[in-house]
Amino acid sequence: MNVELKSAEWKDQIFDVFQDHDIKQVFHVPDAGHSRLIELCQKSNSIRTLALTTEEEGIPLAAGAWLGGQRSVLLMQSSGVGNTINLMGMPKTLRFPFLTLITMRGDYGEFNSWQYPMGQATPKVLEAMGVLVYSVDKPEEVKATVDAAARSAFNGGQSVAVLLRQKLLGIKNFGKK
Amino acid sequence: MSNATLQRRSLVKQMLAGADGNLLVIAGLGSANWDVTEAGDRPLNMPLWGSMGAPVPMGLGLALAQPKKRVLVITGDGDMLMSLSSLATVAAQQPDNLAVVVLDNEKFGETGNQATATAPRNNGPTDSGAGTDLAMIAKGCGIADSATVREVSEVAQLVKDARTTKGPVFRLVKVMVEKLEFVMPPQDGAHLKDRFRQALGIKPT
Repeated sequence: MNVELKSAEWKDQIFDVFQDHDIKQVFHVPDAGHSRLIELCQKSNSIRTLALTTEEEGIPLAAGAWLGGQRSVLLMQSSGVGNTINLMGMPKTLRFPFLTLITMRGDYGEFNSWQYPMGQATPKVLEAMGVLVYSVDKPEEVKATVDAAARSAFNGGQSVAVLLRQKLLGIKNFGKK
Repeated sequence: MSNATLQRRSLVKQMLAGADGNLLVIAGLGSANWDVTEAGDRPLNMPLWGSMGAPVPMGLGLALAQPKKRVLVITGDGDMLMSLSSLATVAAQQPDNLAVVVLDNEKFGETGNQATATAPRNNGPTDSGAGTDLAMIAKGCGIADSATVREVSEVAQLVKDARTTKGPVFRLVKVMVEKLEFVMPPQDGAHLKDRFRQALGIKPT
């Protein structure tokens, strides 16, 4: 199986997990790693897809959705995690389920030095805020990991982040070899 | 000094008069929280004690989840200044059931009344802002129905706009700087969230 097909496959599987868990709102910023998943959500009749101006909005949006009885997911890059940290306290204070899927930069073979500080700090700052951190670097483990994260969040009432590692996503090189 | 004449407590009370199961209220931290609570603590109020910058996106998530209910966000100028770009996120979704009312006294009230950016420029060495116009920002973000309220004679229309006018609605209300009593709702976030969902008839997980 070629790499591209395999990549499309796990992204479609994440969308299937969203449907299985009755996700109604998906918040995102533009992101190459999540782009296929975002398009699937945008085309779906059962999911409302919101483009954010900053990742920080995703936490209170999730709080509002939950207050109104709906489940949501925040899609972001590791560089956006830093923008969310203060409001990442909301799921803890209000005790509501929170799920985020994070595409990693500054992680594995990254060529852009500006991505490393936040990329390397991402799991640590999430853990510092009481977020459970799951990590996946093999295509065949994506579906089960996202499904487990959704269970921990929506059944177990936790804040959960799934890190989609750069090994899984492929190394962005802007045409450089 | 601001030349505003409107008193925040009285107009918040009027905006919330006769609030029923159709009205869902998010109140920003600090003065807006105490204003809303003085008008009457109720399960369908979600008063924030922290999370500055959260009320507008929180109101948006709620408005989309509960499209048949009216969602009213009441907050202050300091809070709104911290999440200006969320107005663009609201405009992109055009929720017809969402109203945002910003009570603008041109001060950070909870930290000692320092000037916010909405205070005039050239207002003295310690009290100058930038003359920032939040209603113009909301309009520029794409919320077409954005306006400023300054006069007592406009309050009846403000109440109507907050409660029933097709959203998204943004109202900037210029209010006096006042020293008011703290009227505090319960602080436990999990309790506030649970009583809100219960009042909406949502079953616990």
